[in-house]
Amino acid sequence: MVIGVSTGGLQALQKLLGQLPADFPLPILIVQHMRPDVESGLAKLLDANCFLRVKEADEQDEILPGTVYLAPPNYHLLVEREGLLSLSADPYVSFARPSVDVLFESAAEVFGPDLIGVVLTGANFDGSLGLKTIKQKGGVAIVQDPADAEARQMPQAAIAATGVDYVVALDGMAALLQMLAPKRASMSHNIRGRNA
Amino acid sequence: MKSGGVDDVEIRLLLEGVQEIYGYDFRDYADASIKRRLTHWLAESEFDTFSQAQSLLLRDRSAFESLLRGITVNVTEMFRDPAFFRAVREQVVPFLKTYPFVKIWHAGCATGEEAYSMAILLNEEGMAGRYRMYATDINEAVLQKAAEGVMPITEMQRFTRNYQKSGGRVSFADYYTARYDRAILSPALKKDIVFAPHNLAVDGEFGEMNMVLCRNVMIYFKPALKERCLHLFDSSLLGGGVLCLGLKESLERRKMGERYEELAPPLRIYRKRYG
Repeated sequence: MVIGVSTGGLQALQKLLGQLPADFPLPILIVQHMRPDVESGLAKLLDANCFLRVKEADEQDEILPGTVYLAPPNYHLLVEREGLLSLSADPYVSFARPSVDVLFESAAEVFGPDLIGVVLTGANFDGSLGLKTIKQKGGVAIVQDPADAEARQMPQAAIAATGVDYVVALDGMAALLQMLAPKRASMSHNIRGRNA
Repeated sequence: MKSGGVDDVEIRLLLEGVQEIYGYDFRDYADASIKRRLTHWLAESEFDTFSQAQSLLLRDRSAFESLLRGITVNVTEMFRDPAFFRAVREQVVPFLKTYPFVKIWHAGCATGEEAYSMAILLNEEGMAGRYRMYATDINEAVLQKAAEGVMPITEMQRFTRNYQKSGGRVSFADYYTARYDRAILSPALKKDIVFAPHNLAVDGEFGEMNMVLCRNVMIYFKPALKERCLHLFDSSLLGGGVLCLGLKESLERRKMGERYEELAPPLRIYRKRYG
């Protein structure tokens, strides 16, 4: 599962992750826009406030269920076919690094229909192209209800870009994810098992 | 995981051909990034698919070189990660100054931003004329650009901010002349830098270095090539020499890590032990 979020992200992520159980069966990869030169304590802060393990992504981290990986400041976060994470210092995409579009597109390539993409609050357009790719590859698209978002542009852009499966307020999102996740977890597991 | 679509097959075939004909092995590059770069190149090209492009790329060297430029350009900035440059200034330079002359290898220097940053820093710390920096890259087109030392003027605001945060001692504007939309770096900065081609995948070590910098280059490589690079750097460094990696690269969980101590822990500055 992948999440893209910008302005207002700290509160949104705390709320959403705080409502997910420790045995949530999917890995969660997150791009939260932030300034490149600020030391980010975001992973530690989120980790202390939810049941899941939250860490800043390192290159070649193995993608494990029940773990949350945050894109590091000033790097794009990508998914490799082997089920590993990779980083890139390539130019800004959609005016951002890390960029939601980069994460979503590379995750869609690897996870295809097993992927759930979530766009939360944000004051820009990053993530809409990525969410479109997720849909094209057969994945599920969830967007925070713009009326519920601190900044509505990013959810609105995502809704305009593609046929979104669910538009929900943050409060209902954890329950929705718990309903959608188990099936995808077993599918990914089977496909991975075959390749391994 | 899915095994990928037609694009992936086409890319695999193209990279095999490139390896056989030109000797550049991009199969050692991390797939996700190289695919993004290739796809970007394709979108800018006249072709719709990699299969269509392949015929020309494999037969026409100049077409291949445009592809090479597209997929090997690493982007950086002057004084990227100011805290890193501050640590070099405060913790590494005093040690380098104990030598009458030092040799520095900057591997994967791209368009030279970080090499020039190092030159500024070393000169400010009184080391002008006491070092030689070998700045290398696989991509000869970017090396040429690096040697010119001309940057877009629009970048200077960001570079100035970085420079100030890194502990810079003067006004950053002293280091360049503005000409229309470009900033021409002071020729004095180039005096001690040698720009040269070097392919980390096939070429050998640079002997007897006091310092090796390779930041945010290996993140694009698969584990085997990464390992090769680290080995090259290790055998290039003298005992006591300093190895600088990108902020998200480390010697943790690596065997050669035993021979290094970390000087400034979060900043990936390592010092090779003697003996």
